[in-house]
Amino acid sequence: MTVAIKDRRADAVAPPPDRRRGRGNRRATPPWWFTVPALLLFAFVVLVPSARGVYYAFTDWDGLSPDFSWIGFGNFAEMVDDPAATQAVWHTLVIAVAITVIQNGVGLLLALGVNSIIKSRNVLRVLLFAPAVVTPIVSAYLWRNLLGPDGAVNSLLGAVGLDSWRQDWLGDPDIALWSVVGVIVWQFAGYSMVIFLAGLQSIPREIHEAAAIDGAGAIRRFWSVTRPLLAPVFTINLMLSIIGGIKLFDQVYALTGGGPGHATDTLSTLIYKDAFTLGEFGYSIALAVVLTIIVSVASTGQYLGLSRAEKAVS
Amino acid sequence: MNRYRGWTLTLELVMIAVGLVFAFPVYVLVNLAIRQPSDTSSPLAPTTSPTFDNFTQAWEQGALGGALANSVLVTVGSVVVILAVSALAAYPLARVAARWSRWTFLLIMLGLVLPFQLAALPLYQAMRDLGLLGTPWSLILFYSGLQVPFTTFLYVGFLRAVPRDFEDAALIDGCTTLQGFRYVVLPMLKPVTVTALVLNAVAVWNDFFTPLLYLSGGAQQTLPVAIAGFVGQYVADWNLIFAALVISIVPILVVYFALQRSIINGFAGGLKG
Repeated sequence: MTVAIKDRRADAVAPPPDRRRGRGNRRATPPWWFTVPALLLFAFVVLVPSARGVYYAFTDWDGLSPDFSWIGFGNFAEMVDDPAATQAVWHTLVIAVAITVIQNGVGLLLALGVNSIIKSRNVLRVLLFAPAVVTPIVSAYLWRNLLGPDGAVNSLLGAVGLDSWRQDWLGDPDIALWSVVGVIVWQFAGYSMVIFLAGLQSIPREIHEAAAIDGAGAIRRFWSVTRPLLAPVFTINLMLSIIGGIKLFDQVYALTGGGPGHATDTLSTLIYKDAFTLGEFGYSIALAVVLTIIVSVASTGQYLGLSRAEKAVS
Repeated sequence: MNRYRGWTLTLELVMIAVGLVFAFPVYVLVNLAIRQPSDTSSPLAPTTSPTFDNFTQAWEQGALGGALANSVLVTVGSVVVILAVSALAAYPLARVAARWSRWTFLLIMLGLVLPFQLAALPLYQAMRDLGLLGTPWSLILFYSGLQVPFTTFLYVGFLRAVPRDFEDAALIDGCTTLQGFRYVVLPMLKPVTVTALVLNAVAVWNDFFTPLLYLSGGAQQTLPVAIAGFVGQYVADWNLIFAALVISIVPILVVYFALQRSIINGFAGGLKG
């Protein structure tokens, strides 16, 4: 990702000259039609339906009947007065931010741990990353049982004398959202770890040694040497987790179904329910438009903020 | 700073404890999957008289064999198409400096930001009109289009860092551009192809939302949908459900442990660009 970011920046300054017409300097120029199969698939699956989606967001279509009418911003006005929708927007943002912070925080600590000289580092790398390859819906069903009132988590708390910590993790509206966050952190902290680890291993050992000779302690070395050099890796990890968090569907669907009540509904689960159980096609697509706007703003803001941070370092 | 000292031992113990916490759910999973339904002791207590009946029962009643075959078909089919069209498209996008190529690249990159929820419902209509709903072909078509942006992005980033001298030489030697692509460019792309293959295969294999939508009602389901249906059907019988979960996890974990070194490197390397 960093490569492409840099390339794009270079393009903006000075496009590389096309030297294929230089005398005696034959250049291989791949033809434009190489892009056609990819473009056709992309247009059929993403571009055209997305454009049609934006159109339907301004109608009252139920998804079936041939008659529907243009209602302008009606769906969006309805959304403002719909507590389920406003809550879903709020939950989506809370989950995205919480996952981004916690998953990457844990991932970074794990990466620092398995990048040290401990003997179990190779086993731990494989073990901690394993949840990331497990199908999310499967891990969500597993956790639905573990977090139940008589589940293993409560049993474990009882067994170690923390009875007062026992909870109805998924049934209590105040806790359920955080349980969902916890499950996702369990699953994907290893994913962040692997990317951080790749970044850590690209930092030359000599820089650390020089800093150590200059008297910098472990924490100082992390803050002044490792952290700035990891800036591009932070960019990747933060982008991945915030976009993943905003689009989240599978885990919520399997863990809580959006409940209890609407306590864990995200934009994705609400879109699904409104479209396929309530037949409110137009309205649910309007929700998808809101989701698109959130994703675009978040990723653009993050891209700009982080590329400035990267520039400040380099 | 590179010697194993007292604090290193502390770190080692802390990390092992963390590893055990991460592995705890797997212990419970296996422990309950081999337990008889009549055994109602704590989920933490090791199962005293293990049974494998749950597995055979889950396999038969969940029609997991058919679902597994469908998942393999959809994953293999999608990944082949994704890699082929993305590599082909990335070649001119990385090499041609003309305006059309820059705009095409930007257009495709738009797909990285658009959430699939926006396209999912209108596409559902299109698939229905084409009569593809309920078949694995709808999924292969869907993933092929959906994963093009990310995969093209990986290929373009990689290609830009590769010198074009080999292709030029092949051209001078009388290759057509298509031959040059097939025999010169594709082999050079091998490292990034492995990464793209792993990332796409995991994404397609794990997806739940799309097959839930496009295959609902049909007889041909993928593994995640079959599992969801199974859980809905055997709500309270967690021993049976856990056996089904184990069955669905085993194939991917076997592949993971066999290839873990290149998978972990692929994940990290692919994302570094």
